[in-house]
Amino acid sequence: MKELLILVIVSVFTLATYYLTETLPSKVNEIHAESHGFAYADLPALTKKGNAARGKALVMGAGACSGCHAITVAGNPAPMDPVTAASAYGVNPPDLSNVGAVYSPKFLAALIKNPAHALILEHKFNAKNGRSFPMPQFYGAGGDKDQEIADMVAYLQSIAVPKDKLTPDIAFQTACGRCHAVHYTKWTQIGQTPKFKKEQAKLEFRTKELNYQDSLIAYLGKLPPDLSMYIRSRGEEYINNFMEDPQNYIKGTAMPRVGVSKEGAEKVMDYLKKAGDPKAAERTSVGKDVMIFLVIFAIFAILWKKEVWKDLH
Amino acid sequence: MAHFTKATSIHDWFNQRLGIDTVNRVLATEYWIPKNINFLWAMGMILAVTFGLLLVSGIFLLMYYQPNIHTAFDSVNYTIMQQVDFGWLWRHIHAVSASVIFLIIYIHMFTGIYYGSYKNGREMIWISGMLLFVAFSAEAFSGYMLPWGQMSYWAGMVITNLFSLGGLHLNGLVEWIRGDYIPSQAFLDRFFMLHVLLIPLIIIALIGLHFGALRIPHVNNQDGEEIDFDVESKKYLAGDKANSKVIRFMNDFLSKDMAVVAIYLVFLFYLVFWNFGFAMDPINFDPANGLQTPRDIYPEWYFLWSYEMLRPFSTNFGLMTFAFAQGIMFLLPFLDRSKNAVAASRRGWFQVWFWLLLVDMIALSAMGKMPPSGIWYDIGFTAASLFIALWVALPIITIFEKKA
Repeated sequence: MKELLILVIVSVFTLATYYLTETLPSKVNEIHAESHGFAYADLPALTKKGNAARGKALVMGAGACSGCHAITVAGNPAPMDPVTAASAYGVNPPDLSNVGAVYSPKFLAALIKNPAHALILEHKFNAKNGRSFPMPQFYGAGGDKDQEIADMVAYLQSIAVPKDKLTPDIAFQTACGRCHAVHYTKWTQIGQTPKFKKEQAKLEFRTKELNYQDSLIAYLGKLPPDLSMYIRSRGEEYINNFMEDPQNYIKGTAMPRVGVSKEGAEKVMDYLKKAGDPKAAERTSVGKDVMIFLVIFAIFAILWKKEVWKDLH
Repeated sequence: MAHFTKATSIHDWFNQRLGIDTVNRVLATEYWIPKNINFLWAMGMILAVTFGLLLVSGIFLLMYYQPNIHTAFDSVNYTIMQQVDFGWLWRHIHAVSASVIFLIIYIHMFTGIYYGSYKNGREMIWISGMLLFVAFSAEAFSGYMLPWGQMSYWAGMVITNLFSLGGLHLNGLVEWIRGDYIPSQAFLDRFFMLHVLLIPLIIIALIGLHFGALRIPHVNNQDGEEIDFDVESKKYLAGDKANSKVIRFMNDFLSKDMAVVAIYLVFLFYLVFWNFGFAMDPINFDPANGLQTPRDIYPEWYFLWSYEMLRPFSTNFGLMTFAFAQGIMFLLPFLDRSKNAVAASRRGWFQVWFWLLLVDMIALSAMGKMPPSGIWYDIGFTAASLFIALWVALPIITIFEKKA
């Protein structure tokens, strides 16, 4: 009985120490942010039903999207290579092939209408400082502007991969990959690092990467961090809330609101888990086996003690 | 030269040459331990087992770790954590054990303080134990540098800065310790050497001293009873095990130790697989960046109390209180003026002193991670002042203590 009491005392002080040095400080020091499920309540709701065929005509024609954006699935190649595009715009404009699957439609519509507003970058690009966001606003193609935007969004959704085929790779590369490298998955801002046969080819690729990064630095102020270990250094909750609105944690950051849908965000998270914590499943399964072994070991150890001590009492 | 006869068995062959029967008798079967003990007496074995886990996991990690400021981070977080089979397991065992070993050290220390197991001939046990605490602290700190993450770098910066000794501005000493103006390659190399060679050697030597120091005064018991080990052991050997006050180290004491160790391992490995965050700070999963100071820099939980002895005061005075906190515990056997080597519950004011010290050190630890302002500052300041007051008061309250 006395030993049980001692165990209770030791456990209480241990748990109190754990709470006071681990749980409580993280609550006190944390910057509080809440997720709203990627609903983007500040942006206007989509009221019009889009028509993909009309949308296609706008995207390829009057909307002038394809002048800057690649739409690979629709046979529209990138007008420039990533390095040249980045030196022109600061960052390579995204391939629109799968944006309909990764981004929230509401966000896409708001982005077409007024990019700096949707991206929450008006502190950086505004009339006062005379800087304008590299992507121009869509002023309408002569008809009902909201209808035209709905059509374009419908078209982008129609060409994107279906929801069940959206992979973590597609989501990450579309939403994050033009600014963030993940060297544990060999992802660079200009694409997946290929296998090189010759040192020259490797250096050539590296040079392109560095040139691209220079443009990014000029555009954003600093090189966006490599996200390889972000799942461990920031954790899911932080990444989730940060993706939803970077201003949550870093006021005035140059990182735009990403605008991913809830599903898109989940896929991005899967990608980061694969990059920074790929052994999570193995940890649990090995852990279970080890626990079974240790419990059996403990039973035998206790039985041995009882056996040895029966003569001692 | 001794006389050797033809060996009758392999055992006999070794026994003639190495005296293994004698060794076994002296170190195990006739190494006498009091019977009147509880599971807190198993902390030594738990520490030995945990140190063993650290040593073995460390050897495996050492096979893939690269002490280079450009590759260290990835060799840990990519090569070991992702590419090497079960590398993640070794790292988790190493990181969690390194943290938990301090919990056990603190329990071990407070057990010693509670039962007065540091006086009347047991002074060297306490002092060698305190030396081990310092060596383990150095080992933990040097190991924390190795992944070369943000916390490695900035903790290295902050702690080595302490050696400028505030107003003395001994910047040359800091540079000498770092091998550079800032933590860099030379810094990482020397802390790598300290972590994998020099400090482990010192720890192993000190463990030997610690065990040796136990031999003559023997382990204390729950009631602080003075046992005549010769009489009691004769009783045991004569077959009266039930009435003897002593037990053999092996298997009697060991069997109890192993039962406690086994239960402890269930707890330890639960942490290794499912609750390791406390031992692997998220900030250290960002690679070291000398141009970007993290918002919060704090030590691991086990250093927080001494860190908080530093923080509430001005630089120079804080360094003095910090040094006081590091050194004063060594003197415990001499500051406690009472002869009573019994449980604190039978020692009047000392009992109050004991629980206050424990609560105060936990309060200091908690404040060490809080922002040093407002109410947190006040609590930290009070707790740090109380810590000093407690140690100043110790000789006074114990000198008037009645014989228990």
